[in-house]
Amino acid sequence: MNYPEKIREQAEAILVRYPEGRERSALLPLLHLVQSHDGYVSEDGIAFCADVLDITKAQVQAVSTFYTMYKREPAGDWLVSVCTNTLCHAKGGQKVFDALSDELDVGHNETTVDGKITLEHAECLAACDYAPVVTVNYEFYDDMDEDKSIELVRELKEGRRPIPSRGAPLCTLREISVQLAGFEEERTAGLEGNAQGDATLAGARLAAEAGIAAPAYDPNAPLLAKEPEEAK
Amino acid sequence: MSVTVPGPRRPREAVLDKLKPVVTKRWLSPGAWRLDVYEQLDGYKALRKALKHSEADLIAFMKDSGHRGRGGAGFPVGMKWQFVPDDGQDHYLVVNADEGEPGTCKDLPLMMNDPHAVIEGIIIASYAIKASRAFVYVRGEAIHAARRLRNAVREAKEAGYLGKDILGSGFDLDVVIHSGAGAYICGEETALLDSLEGKRGQPRLRPPFPATHGLYNKPTCINNVGTIAAVPHIVLGGAQWWKDLGTETAAGTMIYSLSGRVKRPGQYECVMGTTLRELIELAGGMTEGHELKFFTPGGSSTPMLSADSIDVPLDFDSVSKAGSILGTTAVMIFSDQDCPVVSCWRWIKFYAHESCGKCTPCREGNYWMVRVYERILSGRGELSDLKLLESACKNLLGRSFCGLGDGATSCVTSSLKFFRQDYLDYIEGNKQPLFDAEKIGAH
Ligand SMILES: Cc1cc2nc3c(=O)[nH]c(=O)nc-3n(C[C@H](O)[C@H](O)[C@H](O)COP(=O)(O)O)c2cc1C
Ligand code: SF4
Ligand code: FES
Repeated sequence: MNYPEKIREQAEAILVRYPEGRERSALLPLLHLVQSHDGYVSEDGIAFCADVLDITKAQVQAVSTFYTMYKREPAGDWLVSVCTNTLCHAKGGQKVFDALSDELDVGHNETTVDGKITLEHAECLAACDYAPVVTVNYEFYDDMDEDKSIELVRELKEGRRPIPSRGAPLCTLREISVQLAGFEEERTAGLEGNAQGDATLAGARLAAEAGIAAPAYDPNAPLLAKEPEEAK
Repeated sequence: MSVTVPGPRRPREAVLDKLKPVVTKRWLSPGAWRLDVYEQLDGYKALRKALKHSEADLIAFMKDSGHRGRGGAGFPVGMKWQFVPDDGQDHYLVVNADEGEPGTCKDLPLMMNDPHAVIEGIIIASYAIKASRAFVYVRGEAIHAARRLRNAVREAKEAGYLGKDILGSGFDLDVVIHSGAGAYICGEETALLDSLEGKRGQPRLRPPFPATHGLYNKPTCINNVGTIAAVPHIVLGGAQWWKDLGTETAAGTMIYSLSGRVKRPGQYECVMGTTLRELIELAGGMTEGHELKFFTPGGSSTPMLSADSIDVPLDFDSVSKAGSILGTTAVMIFSDQDCPVVSCWRWIKFYAHESCGKCTPCREGNYWMVRVYERILSGRGELSDLKLLESACKNLLGRSFCGLGDGATSCVTSSLKFFRQDYLDYIEGNKQPLFDAEKIGAH
């Protein structure tokens, strides 16, 4: 259980987010934290979380196995998730998954022999308006097809980091796990990552072009018909 | 039967007029996720206004506005706030940002593009229910949303909107953005609370309800993130304004999330009660060569409707009358080239995967239904399999511990009602099997 001082400090910083006596709430972020060090939830990671929270390893393991984002085997730098839930499936998500599976020579939840890329099929990623979608370390590549997705993983294999359609410029799975543990994005470029896709803006744009807006209001109108009571 | 919907180059005026961007309007402004831009766009004005009123007045106002929850059930917001007892104990506001219901895709763009609206709504809601801590449980995969929310919390704190003595009101509040780890069931509010307490996300028995025994067994109000983000707009616009944007029984606008076989899928914020025909027209019509066959009005847990329901106003009451549920207004649009049987198979696989395993009907029922679907889709189904699906649904509906089990039956029962022939086509050998029986081990 040889975690560096930095990880121990980060663990402390996680604990204080929760009310005193309620530190167990820190378990999910702590599991993300050990993944940021080991690339998966290792035996050591489980022991570390148990130790920090003063609970049993069995209790930690019961939690870590419940959630799909905690990996039981070392994952690659790039976690490629393909949505194959119904809507994406209808629009070609399974074909995208199959093409990537062939290209990478791995199945669901498997990592390429060079240890770089892990492939998984994902359930609905809340981006059905961009179906079919693929994410790399949870950043979105929208409106994919077989060719575009193969091109995407080839670039990753060659060490490039293609810019996502929505989300921050890529960082590795370990780096993203630090953010999942609740630490702030340190890259300005990360915060600035695009979030304004065409589908997101479709309705608002159409209304703006047609000059349609919600009815105007008087922002100073009283909240209630009667005079407001004095605030405390 | 399927319906062809023409897509005029520009929607007709009367249809365009259904659009009413309120909650989605700021999404158009690049940089609205930053505090300075947000403030230029009326940001934190509602908070200043709200803090001039008593907590009780705010709750009365919210009740008056008719605002209803956007998390799927449409529960009246003011009433939920009032349920939280004012008895001097610690209280919590928990914001449900676990968006994972298949089809639903409105909360992520909201958090990514307008995170301060969420934070401002949280401060107002927390003030009303006298909570000094709020948690936002963000779906783990939604990392860009979490990133921008965390940034918004930091900016708000630096500006004095969060922390101690907010804007000199004497009110203190801390907000924690908590990322989940991939489990749809954690969107169910009591499973969410267990997950937030660092446990497996499994639903709790109710009563007692979270309003009195919630997070850490303390009074807790749980609201969807879209519910909360609308609050500042309502405070500024007023109760009557919000009511006027809706229908008689449901106030305000609705974000209809259109996905599937339309030319321009996406988020369309409209007056409550817009019909599917109007929505398809707004989205540029059906995709070339596709005819409407079926749709879900509000996510995979709401029964599918056939093309016959194209003119049903999509509001709470009318959709119920048509035999479905408004849910999250995640309108998934399928065409004559999509198969309802395949769609259900994939949804049931999802429910089987996401079942938390706590109760037998859901854990076993979904597992078996996947098997039955695979048998049918591999061409080995029998007529009795349809009875088997129906009986599995009977044992699930109303007998499972939480809404996940009930929700799973929606697509099965509704597709058997509208599209029995599509099942029969596989069973009677009129349709090419979807996959090889040997390969998947169907039996
Ligand atoms: C299986 C299941 C999943 C759910 N997922 C979500 C979700 O992701 N987001 C959400 O806001 N509500 C979800 N809900 C509904 C919540 O339990 C709860 O009703 C909602 O958060 C209340 O918020 P509101 O009153 O503001 O609508 C889910 C319910 C069930 C049964
Ligand atoms: S219905 Fe399903 S998800 Fe809900 S408690 Fe039972 S097993 Fe868990
Ligand atoms: S079905 Fe793929 S993102 Fe929703």
